[in-house]
Amino acid sequence: MDLTHPPEVEAFRAEARDWLARNVPAALLPSLETAEGFAAHREWEARLYAGRWSAVSWPREYGGRGADLERWLVFEEEYWAAGAPARVSQNGIGLLAPTLFDHGTPEQRERLLPPMARGEQVWAQAWSEPEAGSDLASLRARAERTADGWLLYGQKTWSSRAAFADRAFGLFRTGAAASGPHQGLTYLVFDLRAPGVEVRPIGRLDGKPAFAELFLDGVFVPDRDVIGEPGQGWRIAMSATGSERGLALRSPGRFLAAADRLYALWRTAADPADTALRDRVADALVGARAYELFTWAAAARIAEGGQAGAESSLNKVFWSQYDLALHETALDLLGGAEAELIDGEWAQGWLFSLAGPIYAGTNEIQRDIIAERLLGLPKGRR
Amino acid sequence: MRFLPTEEQTDFARAVRALLAAADVPAAVRAWSAGDFAPGRTVWRRLAAAGLFAPAAPEAYGGAGPLPVELAAAMVEVGRAGMPGPVVETASAAVLLSRLEGGPGGEAAARFVPRLVAGGEAASLLLPGGGPYALDADAAEHCFAVDAAGRLHAYGGPHPAGVAAVLRSADPARRPARLAPGGGEVLAAGPGVLAAARAAGDWARLLTAAQCLGVGEALLERTARYARQRTQFGMPIGAFQAVKHRLADTLLALEFARPLVWAAALSLDAAEVAAAKLAAGGAAYGAALTALQVHGAIGYTEELDLSLWLRKARPLRDAWGTPRECRAVVAGSWPHARRGTPAT
Repeated sequence: MDLTHPPEVEAFRAEARDWLARNVPAALLPSLETAEGFAAHREWEARLYAGRWSAVSWPREYGGRGADLERWLVFEEEYWAAGAPARVSQNGIGLLAPTLFDHGTPEQRERLLPPMARGEQVWAQAWSEPEAGSDLASLRARAERTADGWLLYGQKTWSSRAAFADRAFGLFRTGAAASGPHQGLTYLVFDLRAPGVEVRPIGRLDGKPAFAELFLDGVFVPDRDVIGEPGQGWRIAMSATGSERGLALRSPGRFLAAADRLYALWRTAADPADTALRDRVADALVGARAYELFTWAAAARIAEGGQAGAESSLNKVFWSQYDLALHETALDLLGGAEAELIDGEWAQGWLFSLAGPIYAGTNEIQRDIIAERLLGLPKGRR
Repeated sequence: MRFLPTEEQTDFARAVRALLAAADVPAAVRAWSAGDFAPGRTVWRRLAAAGLFAPAAPEAYGGAGPLPVELAAAMVEVGRAGMPGPVVETASAAVLLSRLEGGPGGEAAARFVPRLVAGGEAASLLLPGGGPYALDADAAEHCFAVDAAGRLHAYGGPHPAGVAAVLRSADPARRPARLAPGGGEVLAAGPGVLAAARAAGDWARLLTAAQCLGVGEALLERTARYARQRTQFGMPIGAFQAVKHRLADTLLALEFARPLVWAAALSLDAAEVAAAKLAAGGAAYGAALTALQVHGAIGYTEELDLSLWLRKARPLRDAWGTPRECRAVVAGSWPHARRGTPAT
C-alpha cells in the first residue's frame, strides 16, 4: 500500500503544471452558461486541445494522450489547482465519449470524437423528460423508423448545456415496453440545429440559462447516429450514467482546490476565536482528503480489473453533500447576509452546489442503490 | 501508486479475524465487565502469540516493525470482534518504550517490550495531553505513565498499587482507572521521553481510529442483517426507504473514513491521524445510533450481543482524541494546504 507516484507520473504532472501555468487565462472567464461565456470556454477548449490536454485519457488517434487513470487524476488535480476554467465539453467527454468507446463503431468514433476534443462540437445531454427524471425507464419521447433513419418526436427537459450546445445525445422509445419499461429504448445522437428542433432555454436558480427544454417534431436522425443496437439503449446508457456518477464527473482535484481556497479564506478572514467555524473548516479539509483517498482506492481497484459499479453511488452522494457543506461554510466565513448578496464566486458556487444532490440521479435513488446492491437490502417501496 | 492493502497486509488481518471469530469474544466481554479478566486474557495471549503486537516494535525486541499499516488493519478486526482490554494501549506502550532505545530508558525497552509484544503481558498507558484515565489498569500487568515534565513512570500490576479508583464507563468493558499521584518506578526522563510519548500518542490515536472502523462495520453488518429479516407491515423493514437510506448513510461514512485510516497509517502525520480519528470515530458512533434505531427496543437490551458494540462506539470516539481535539489539530497543521490559490 502506498500513495506515491512513480517518476514517470510525476514527470507527467510537471509537464501539465508547466503548461497550465503558461496557458490558464489570468482573468476569470465569464460564466459558460451565457452566450459570451460559452464562446470564451469554447476557445479555451481549443487551446487545451492544442496542448493535447482536452481529453487526456483518450487514445492518441482521437486527440488524447492515452493517459491511464492515475495520470488522468493527477492531471485533474493540477488543472483545478491552477485555477483553470470549468469544462464546457464535460458532457461530451465525460458521458458520451465513454459510451462511444464501449458501444460506438469505429466510424462513429472517428467522426464524433476529434471535433469534441477540439471544442468544435459541444454536446448537451437529453435524458430527462417532464415525466421522467431519475426514473429513466418511463421515457416517452419516441423515435419512429423511416427508410434510412429515424424521426424524433416528443419533449426533453433539464438538458444541460442545451441552450448553447451543438448536438445532443439521449434515449428514445423505439418499441413497446414488451417485457418491461427498460425494453425498446434506443440511444442516439442528434443535431440541436436540425429542422424540427426547438430549444427553449430555462432560467436556472442561479439566473443562468444553463439548461433547456427540447421540443422535437419529426427530427431526422440517420442510421449512422444510432449508438449500439436499436432497443438496447437502456443497457448502453447505464454504462454512461455509471461513469457520470463515478470518477468522471467530479474529480477530487476540484474539491481539493476548493478546500484550499476555503482554508486560505479562513486564515485571512475568520476570527481565530470562533472555534465553531474552525471546526467546519477542518471538516471541509478532511472531507476533501477523504474524497481524494477514496478515489485513489477506487482507481487502484479499477487498475486491477475491478469495476466502479455501485460504489460510484457512494461517491456521488458524498461529493454532492460535501460541495454544499463547503460552500455553506464559505458563506458563513464571509459573514452571512453580506456574502449572499454579493454575486461573488462563493455565492455562485453555493447556488451551483444546491443542484448536486438532485442531478446525475438524485441522492435518494443513489441511497437505494447503495442499500440494495452494497448492503443486500430488499427492493421495496420507494 | 497502489492505494490498496497488499496481499500480506490482508492476510495478517484475515488471520487475526479468524482467531477472534474462533474465540467466544462476547462471553469474554461480559466477564471483563464483571471484573473477571481470565477469558479475555486467554484470547489476549493467543492474539499476542499470533503476532498481533509484532508490528508495533522492532525486531530487536521480538517485533516485526514498525508496521503501522499492518497493525491498523489488525485493529479493525479487534474492533469488529469487540475485543476487550487495553490493546491500543499495550501496542502504543511498546512504541513508546522502543523509541527510548539507545537513550535514557533503553534498558526499559529491553526489559518490557518483548513481554508486551510476544509475552502476552498487557499494559495501560497515560500520556501528556491524553485523557486522565488509565484504561484497564486493574487488568494489566503494567501501567506506564509519562508526566508533563517528561518522566516515565512504571507501575507493576496486575492490580497496581498506583490505582486509586476504577470508574464505570458507558461501555462496562472499558474500565478507566484513576492513578494515585506519584509512585511507581521512574524509568527515564527528558525531552527524548516526551518525543517518544508524542509518537506513541499518534499511534494510539491511529489504532483507536482503526478499532472504531471495525466497531462501525460490526454494527452495520448486524443491523443490515436484522433489517433483511425483521418484518413489519408484511415486509422486511429493509425494504422501506427510510431504513435503507439510514443504512446507506452509515456505509457512506465508514467507506470514506477507511481510506483516511490507511493514509494516516502510511504517513503517521499528526494531522492525518487526527483526520482519520475524527472520521472513523464519527462513523462508528453514527453506526451505533443507526443500529439502535433500526433494531428498536430489542437493541436497547443487554441480552442482545449488539449492546457490546453499541456501548463501545461513543467512548472509543472520544478516546485518544475527541472530535474537537482532532479538528483543532487538522486546522492547525493540515499538511495538504499546498495549493494556496488566493481566496476569492
